[in-house]
Amino acid sequence: MPSATYARRTVTVNDEGFFEEPDQWTEEMAPEIARTAGIDELSEQHWRIIKFMRAEYAEKGTGPTVRVLGKTSGVSIKELYELFPKGPAKTAAKIAGIPKPRGCI
Amino acid sequence: MTKRIVILGGGTGGTLSANRLRRVLSTDEAEVTVVDQDNEHVYQPGLLFVPFGLAHLEDIVRLRQRQLHQGITYVCSAVDHVDLDAAEVHLENSSTLTYDVLVIATGAILVPEETEGLTGPGWMEKVFTFYSPEGAAVLEAALATFDGGRIVVNVVDMPIKCPVAPLEFCFLADWYFTERGIRDRVQLTYVTPLDGAFTKPVASKRLGGMLAEKGIELVTEFNTGSVDGAAGTLTSYDGRVVAFDLAVVVPLHSGAAYVGRSPGLGDELNFVPTDEHTLQSKVRPNVFVIGDAANVPTSKAGSVTHFEGEALVENIGRYLAGEALDASFDGHTNCFIESGFGKALLIDFNYDTEPLPGRYPSGVGLPLLKESHLNHLGKLMFQWLYWHSLLPGRDIPGVSSQMPIHGKKQELSRS
Repeated sequence: MPSATYARRTVTVNDEGFFEEPDQWTEEMAPEIARTAGIDELSEQHWRIIKFMRAEYAEKGTGPTVRVLGKTSGVSIKELYELFPKGPAKTAAKIAGIPKPRGCI
Repeated sequence: MTKRIVILGGGTGGTLSANRLRRVLSTDEAEVTVVDQDNEHVYQPGLLFVPFGLAHLEDIVRLRQRQLHQGITYVCSAVDHVDLDAAEVHLENSSTLTYDVLVIATGAILVPEETEGLTGPGWMEKVFTFYSPEGAAVLEAALATFDGGRIVVNVVDMPIKCPVAPLEFCFLADWYFTERGIRDRVQLTYVTPLDGAFTKPVASKRLGGMLAEKGIELVTEFNTGSVDGAAGTLTSYDGRVVAFDLAVVVPLHSGAAYVGRSPGLGDELNFVPTDEHTLQSKVRPNVFVIGDAANVPTSKAGSVTHFEGEALVENIGRYLAGEALDASFDGHTNCFIESGFGKALLIDFNYDTEPLPGRYPSGVGLPLLKESHLNHLGKLMFQWLYWHSLLPGRDIPGVSSQMPIHGKKQELSRS
């Protein structure tokens, strides 16, 4: 299993860089992960989604898909793409330190 | 005392559950009532063939009531809402049904209006869907007069019913235009939100290879934000544009609308939170769920519903007897994938094992993940089995509810 180092701590990730163990994540890692995903600075709106992703994961065991995010996070899908241009569900999950959303079967 | 079992939905799941329950419970033990808003049972896998003139609506639609065995009450009304606390179903015809056990079997509905522009100008003229009987019939006429240009097949987002159907549509379109002698004038493009042709790695690679062999372009990770029928374009949320002369779109899916009107019953997409192994809902112990209406992590497909039937009926019996439930459902899915020119592939998988090559159900069975004429015949025979084995709630000889592992080449799996 590959690993990565954020905020001077080593964490377990999968081939695509998603956290395998969400407990290893800390808030100070988020800006560094965001930069690797092409987001230079995390705004208040970014943080709102990151916290939402973690809460959803804690409750349901999987991160939400972009459609569910658009319905439940209070941020529209269009705005979500402005925040996370490379795909909100995946990018936000990565920055929030949760496994890749398994939404699509 | 006689228990009241109310089943909402008279499609695949509702019908086969009712017939199975009626067989194992006497009329003294339980009343079984099925509710549906109309009396037309559509053999949904047949819709794929309608646009190509290979099936007609009258061949694939039968009366719902006729599929239900003696001793089952059929009520034709839409559902207004379910009151979970009172254990009551309020119907649109103003009557109320009380239940000891409720089975949600109302499947998934199409919500094309959730995608910007999809139902605007050009809808059913230049932008079609074969996921509804009306859509499939209109598309047949449009394909018959199509004499060249770019056809785009687009899945807006998952989950959808029968995730292989849009790929099958591409394969059949390749065959159809080849037969008509104009394949060289038709560009075919498959546009998907997934990162490959299919959800699971080994099958995705194989199916992606087949698209390439047939000259069908594949556009991945395309999350359709809007459709402009007049201009002939699909635009993704990240700003990419795909142009078309004719689009075949699989719209977004949701659970039935009444689920949203029933406090505490559904999730944000109106699917019902369900235990993936027992099929008991997570909302109330006396509510069970079968088929596409459930949020379980497997394909929304008739084969899944059939395999769920056994566990569902067993567990309703145990629940009524006050016994512990049986957590045996493994997510078994089995699909024939029509690939054109009289051939088809077969895939077989469950929650834990992705579709693999080999043979089904054992080393001497049908070839898996490989084109063959035999699988095409299997697909055709399935329609007969649907009406005569699946809906009556019978097990198909040699086909068990749990996924067989013999005959599969497991070393190819990544997991």
